[in-house]
Amino acid sequence: MLINLSFIILLLVLSPCSLLVKAQHQTNSLILDTCKKTPNYALCVSTLRSNPHSSTADVAGLGLILVGAVKAKSTAGLKTISELSRANPALKKRLSQCMEDYKMILSAFIPEAEQAIGGDPKFAEDGMNGIADVTAQCVKSLQGVRAPLPSTNKLVHDLSLVTVSIIRTML
Amino acid sequence: MEHPITISHYTPLPDGEHSPSLTTTNTAEQSSRRRSLTFVLLFSSILAACLVMGTMVLFPNSGNEAVEKSTVVPEETVEVAPRGVAEGVSMKSFRRPALNAEPPANFPWNSNVLSWQRSSFHFQPNQNWMNDPNGPLFYKGWYHLFYQYNPDGAIWGNKIVWGHAVSSDLIHWKHLPVAMVTDHWYDVNGVWTGSATILPDGQIVMLYTGSTNESVQVQNLAYPADPSDPLLIEWVKYPGNPVLVPPPGIDFKDFRDPTTAWRTPEGKWRLIIGSKLNKTGISLVYDTVDFKNFTLLDGVLHAVHGTGMWECVDFYPVSKFGENGLDTSFDGVGVKHVMKASLDDDRNDYYAIGTYDPVSGKWVPDNPELDVGIGLRYDYGIYYASKTFYDSNKKRRVLWSWIKETDSEISDVRKGWASVQGIPRTILFDPKTGSNLLQWPVEEVNKLRLNKTVFENVEINTGAVLPLEIGSGSQLDITAEFEVDKESLERVQETNEVYDCKNNGGSSGRGALGPFGLLILADKDLSEQTPVYFYIAKGSGGNLRTFFCADHSRSSKAVDVDKEIYGSVVPVLRGEKLTMRILVDHSIVESFSQGGRTCITSRVYPTKAIYNNAKVFLFNNATEARIIASLNIWQMNTAQRQTHFADLVI
Repeated sequence: MLINLSFIILLLVLSPCSLLVKAQHQTNSLILDTCKKTPNYALCVSTLRSNPHSSTADVAGLGLILVGAVKAKSTAGLKTISELSRANPALKKRLSQCMEDYKMILSAFIPEAEQAIGGDPKFAEDGMNGIADVTAQCVKSLQGVRAPLPSTNKLVHDLSLVTVSIIRTML
Repeated sequence: MEHPITISHYTPLPDGEHSPSLTTTNTAEQSSRRRSLTFVLLFSSILAACLVMGTMVLFPNSGNEAVEKSTVVPEETVEVAPRGVAEGVSMKSFRRPALNAEPPANFPWNSNVLSWQRSSFHFQPNQNWMNDPNGPLFYKGWYHLFYQYNPDGAIWGNKIVWGHAVSSDLIHWKHLPVAMVTDHWYDVNGVWTGSATILPDGQIVMLYTGSTNESVQVQNLAYPADPSDPLLIEWVKYPGNPVLVPPPGIDFKDFRDPTTAWRTPEGKWRLIIGSKLNKTGISLVYDTVDFKNFTLLDGVLHAVHGTGMWECVDFYPVSKFGENGLDTSFDGVGVKHVMKASLDDDRNDYYAIGTYDPVSGKWVPDNPELDVGIGLRYDYGIYYASKTFYDSNKKRRVLWSWIKETDSEISDVRKGWASVQGIPRTILFDPKTGSNLLQWPVEEVNKLRLNKTVFENVEINTGAVLPLEIGSGSQLDITAEFEVDKESLERVQETNEVYDCKNNGGSSGRGALGPFGLLILADKDLSEQTPVYFYIAKGSGGNLRTFFCADHSRSSKAVDVDKEIYGSVVPVLRGEKLTMRILVDHSIVESFSQGGRTCITSRVYPTKAIYNNAKVFLFNNATEARIIASLNIWQMNTAQRQTHFADLVI
């Protein structure tokens, strides 16, 4: 009798639990499915996983998380460019264009993407493509610059293109 | 008079450190879910432990399985091969160099080169970002153009307002104060695209999409504050806004761009709004009497599977015979209806011609293979979010369209502006083919023509390039006729070649009967050139198919601009000569073939072929056909003056 009753309780208790587990599993697969549509699956998955909000986000939420990641990496990139420029006058000249472009990323393209992704996503695509162009231009002036700046720049570039592909799935 | 932008409404989006606004609710749900999950798991494992003997038989590993599932990190799926960039290619983007290759040295854009790019006779604001044309109309002697405008900079933003300008001839424009700003909860994230309806008593009704404080797309009503003011400076928003919210089943971000309304047989007003259901583009139909209360009709006016979100839908009648345009409410014998949608997915404007049943509120295309979004386009270049209006002044239907930039966004910021509007085009049904529209620059543009240079019966042999001495090639109106000598047309073997502009080598991909045409915005050494040309393919049975193309692959030494090849087939009837007209206005080039059956709008960003170094050449890259060309080339006057409101106060 006791066993039967416990059985029923267990059944009742476990069923919503397994539903929740299912929901959790589905959001994980949303990340995987979404990232499969991007040019850099591994970068996409690892960036999204590192943000706790990704497990419950919809596609727009995932896009916004990635825009946030591009912003964070661009901020880090600009900080490094500023530090290097202060420390080394020769580098300062070489990096001046890049520095200006990174400021543009943060003052113009990130806000554009943030504002558009929740409203009219195609304009977020423009902002992210703008960042991909800027970082592609920076590659040349960063050649030979010590780590981690070149790889940060590449990361910003690759992440922006990953974000572009995710935005495209939202149209 | 200038409406200030109230920044108190601006709600900055959280940065990366905070939870993104889109997921705020979800995050809260998530943590509560997590708490309950923990509790449930704890409770169930205690129970499971107590009852382990009894339960193991019937529920083997159930508790453990649940825990495992929630913590499984399927790292192994990371091995999935990365996909190509192809799927992520946008219309704004161009072929971007791979980062691991040696990056190409880019052209350092300087102000001289950038300032050349501004238009001389295409409409553009004095500065900043513009996109869709809105609510075009003719009122008390003035053409009005409203447009999506970002007063804060040269890229899109969430404070889009309605820019406003007036003209007496559709060519010379005077800029007026912004007509509507983001000052209510129902449009605080953007006063988006809308259309005007002029009631029989002359009243103007403006319906537009607002993006609300929660980024929900709703439709709002506005009207002129002073109908006696021909300039329509002040606009009033209806206090009962919004008048329409997304209906059940429609996503809150898929409900925008109401059309001009037309009369129903019952005397009501009817309009459509674009949307989507999954990947099917649809047009929702609403009837109204007062533009404040609406009834959603069952079903849709039209839907096409796989075409995605329909933006800026347009719907209007065309006469099967007449030379005149028709008022949007006109219907009857000899009328066909055009349905147009702007596809969010590929950012092109597609139209189809068909039959409208006003009783059922349905429209069907004449040819299902050329349905909306899968068939004809207004323009095979850069042309989006277009909108027509009926010009009661000249009894014609006129098409406006947004022509965006195809350079990099950072160049746009440096220039301080982005986008122009296309030269307004008259729209007529093509009675000769019976299957397409004819688009042609409004006749008023001819007033800008200055000195004309005529070239008659110029022979161009195979492989030849001939310079045309016309002075500077930055502002031109070119009309050209081409004849392929009959002998070579007959001599050339029939082939089964499948030609399209994009994939056959562009202007350097030589065939027996093409390409031939013009090189515009070319420097004297042809290091930069934009060919606009015909290509004739001779198929089985001697059938000729003619293509009209524009090749941007050598249009600029710069790498960060679009270098695509655009174009499509153009119907050419027996006995017709091949004709083209090209309007060159600095970085904007509009090309029309066969009287406007096929059109291509180009954005071109040369670095050398600018100012007086921009030249025009004839070329013939066919291997078999000798071509005879006759051309008229006009220098074009400048129409864009920086006229401000102060100059206009009468």
